Amino acid sequence: MDVRNLSAVECRALLASREVSAQELVRLYIDRIEAVDGDVRAFLAVDAEGALRRAAAVDATDPADRRPWEGVPIALKDVLCVEGWETTCGSRILAGYRPPYDATAVAKLREAGVILLGRLNMDEFAMGSSTENSGYHATRNPWDLDRVPGGSSGGSAACVAAAEAPWTLGTDTGGSIRQPASLCGVVGFKPTYGAVSRYGLVAFASSLDQIGPLTGCVTDAAALLEIIAGHDPRDSTSTGLPEPIRLPTATDLVGKRFGVVTEYMGDACEPGVRQVFDQAVAAVTALGGRCEEVSLPSVEKGIAAYYIIAPAEASSNLARFDGVRYGHRTVHSDNLLEMYTRTRSEGFGAEVKRRIMIGTYVLSSGYYEAYYGQAQKTRTLIVRDFERAFARVDYLISPTSPTVAFKVGERTDDPLAMYLSDLCTIPVNLAGLPGISLPAGFSEGLPVGVQIVGPHFSEQGLIDVAYALEQRLDIKARPVLGEVRP
Amino acid sequence: MITRAEVEHIASLSRLHFHEQDVDRLRHDLSRILDYVQTLSELDLADVPPTAHAVALKNVFRPDEPRPGIEQSAAMANGPHVERGQFVVPRIG
Repeated sequence: MDVRNLSAVECRALLASREVSAQELVRLYIDRIEAVDGDVRAFLAVDAEGALRRAAAVDATDPADRRPWEGVPIALKDVLCVEGWETTCGSRILAGYRPPYDATAVAKLREAGVILLGRLNMDEFAMGSSTENSGYHATRNPWDLDRVPGGSSGGSAACVAAAEAPWTLGTDTGGSIRQPASLCGVVGFKPTYGAVSRYGLVAFASSLDQIGPLTGCVTDAAALLEIIAGHDPRDSTSTGLPEPIRLPTATDLVGKRFGVVTEYMGDACEPGVRQVFDQAVAAVTALGGRCEEVSLPSVEKGIAAYYIIAPAEASSNLARFDGVRYGHRTVHSDNLLEMYTRTRSEGFGAEVKRRIMIGTYVLSSGYYEAYYGQAQKTRTLIVRDFERAFARVDYLISPTSPTVAFKVGERTDDPLAMYLSDLCTIPVNLAGLPGISLPAGFSEGLPVGVQIVGPHFSEQGLIDVAYALEQRLDIKARPVLGEVRP
Repeated sequence: MITRAEVEHIASLSRLHFHEQDVDRLRHDLSRILDYVQTLSELDLADVPPTAHAVALKNVFRPDEPRPGIEQSAAMANGPHVERGQFVVPRIG
């Protein structure tokens, strides 16, 4: 059995038909991780023993008593609390932290019978677009090990691309699911704000954060979203979805109207990305969809608003890491204030410190109105831009990332350039909309993703549309990895 | 460019300390980012209401009923220094 072409839905079918046991399946993925993760470094930790133990329990269960996804493995971004595991958010400040409870999304996976394989690397506290900001190590892009996998869910995207797990969870605050999905050639789905409970997700920017699937195909994304979505009394901002998600079957886009966003055309994207995008638009048209240009005039200002709002929320959320109740504490301190300051200065990495500084600055006395106040009003402009667009079209289509995966180290010296690479994804979070990135082709041998965005709670429609486009584009290439390693 | 004194003030509010050799680099990075985000101040937004949240939800209530929570020992298990069920910290001053 070739693990490289196995979807989660196929894993489920193989287990149901008893062609493979849960232990064989988990062993297949653990072997794959052992073969390739030395190069990719997607994982921070693999719980082989725990996963095999769970798999043995599944195999000992009567198939008639099994839950729907019993025995299908998954790996998780290290920002979701898992009872009994270490959860670090890619940060040294949380080294050794073992949450006393499961995040709701994790509890739902367990209830569905999914087996947890391990935790995946990320930019520290989800701040970054390359997974180079991890406090532990950098993850590499399976398509080219000299390049980044994107971020902040770079471990989650690389893991799926390298077939180290059939599907993973990530989180998206400004593009952190969709951008790495694009750069690694996998599917990434950021649900409507509130569709998935944030309980047990370590907070970065609470008004923007959402948990979502990274998968090898649209069908798996639909299935995983259905498992994790739902209202949760433990997250007062959670709403769930209006209806259960069905697996997609759509084969055409007849009658669907698509808006091509003017602001993302022109020089906004590199030519190779633009070329793949144009082919995707042609495929939409060939499937019967109607494409027209629509303008989101405020999106550029949205990036500036985001880099005020997100750091402001982060500076407040990360105040809790003070060395008192969990995580790292400095060994040298004579008084409480010194303990706080040393603990935080030792535990946080450079990008996290930068964002805490920016957030504290824009919220500080005398600057609040000029920065945070203006940013919140700009957020309203973005919301209105999307409302106007969705009065004319059903979905918006754009490249996910203006570039293909960049070289490791290429952008680490220029934080602002790294920020601007989120142009197409950030406005979606500001408006709380659902968005999916799916592989659309290649430029210079590297994957290019296309993003489709819909109105609030249009998840089912987005999945159907993305599925039709996925079938039409029919991209079969997989990265070549570790095939010759012992 | 953001001044050295401003960096020190914001750092103290943030409970962060930066090494002397890192301060100039930080001033440069913060200034570039702040100059960029400051472009918003040029917009006339006097009549635009602010958006704090993308989904219109207000005052979500639930019945105030006691429910089991995690045990004290589990809640404190991650404490770097715990004695007799309490977190121990250095003196304040």
